[in-house]
Amino acid sequence: MINLLKMKPQRRNRLSLILLMVAGVSVAAWFGLRSFNENLMFFFSTSDVVEGKAPKDHLFRLGGMVVKGSVQRPGEGLTVKFMLTDMAKEVPVEYTGILPDLFREGQGIIANGKLAENGVFVAQEVLAKHDENYMPPEVAGSMKTAAGQSNGKGESGK
Amino acid sequence: MIMRFLHKFSSPPYFYSISGRLLPWLTVLFLALLAYGLYGGLVTAPADYQQGDSFRIIYVHVPAAWMSMFIYVVMAVSGAIGLIWRIKLAEIVSISSAPIGASFTLLALITGSLWGKPMWGTWWVWDARLTSELILLFLYLGVIGLYSAIEDNRTASRAVAILALVGVVNIPIIHYSVEWWSSLHQGPTVTKFAKPSIHIDMLIPLLVMAGAFKVYYAIALLLRCRNELVQREQGSRWLDEILENK
Repeated sequence: MINLLKMKPQRRNRLSLILLMVAGVSVAAWFGLRSFNENLMFFFSTSDVVEGKAPKDHLFRLGGMVVKGSVQRPGEGLTVKFMLTDMAKEVPVEYTGILPDLFREGQGIIANGKLAENGVFVAQEVLAKHDENYMPPEVAGSMKTAAGQSNGKGESGK
Repeated sequence: MIMRFLHKFSSPPYFYSISGRLLPWLTVLFLALLAYGLYGGLVTAPADYQQGDSFRIIYVHVPAAWMSMFIYVVMAVSGAIGLIWRIKLAEIVSISSAPIGASFTLLALITGSLWGKPMWGTWWVWDARLTSELILLFLYLGVIGLYSAIEDNRTASRAVAILALVGVVNIPIIHYSVEWWSSLHQGPTVTKFAKPSIHIDMLIPLLVMAGAFKVYYAIALLLRCRNELVQREQGSRWLDEILENK
């Protein structure tokens, strides 16, 4: 579309200056973001915590999926205990407070809190992480039954 | 061929007359798309299996967020064209895009916040996606501020184009922020290579709304450009001729 050779030298110079500037800024941004990579991570995974990569003495965020059947409510209060997993390692979490609408078993969540001595993550805040899937309830229901049937077959096969 | 067309289109009198003829058609198209998209999104699309009806804010939030990035690219590219070829109309397109883009960015931030409170449990978090979108808003505001701080229109346009080009590095960061870093914001639903992970009945109104927002941008841009053009070309012969004929 644009013939570089036919361009007037002045304009060609300006074009190459602009390209050079954009390239320079991109490289600078790339290095900058790389060096802050850790700080840009919004949360640690449960594997990070088990492997001891998470900070021990201050607040951090822990992300993972609530393990199915692990949610317990000991006592009358708002205290909830559950297990978080990233499909590799599990971490027990304790939280007292109001949970967001999307909190449920099998849901991804992010908890902000501290790791206690006994390895339990004591959360001060729990946020639900929504996934990128949108579907009507009927479709979700039929997917669940389909998954249930295939699981059932697998078990009966044993 | 393309260059010749662009050359003709970028002459102020030609642009003024053709944009005046285009505007009614664009308005009709916009209203039709908006009516269909809103009806599809708010009435016929099924509720989400987890979020219920709250997910319907997607029909404003996602198109607004797409537009916020699209308009920025238009602003930077037309700014670069203005810098290289010194085309007056490109400078006007660039600066006229800024307030529209800033509005869409603000709309995306506000609707996202309204959705985030019930769904995530918080109005705002400093995760990579939200923060980079906020930086985009500041870039737009910086462009508007810088333009109005310099008296001479053409000098101001050149300064603004450089700022816009520096800020263009933020666009891929916004888009990939949810993939490069762990974030609270969910990953892309529609703009990925695999099948979009949204049900087709929900997807169609979303794409129609995105189309409606694009057409709205075209209308707002043409109106703003005509306005700016008339202001800059005060006293020129072609403008006087138009005014006499009215």
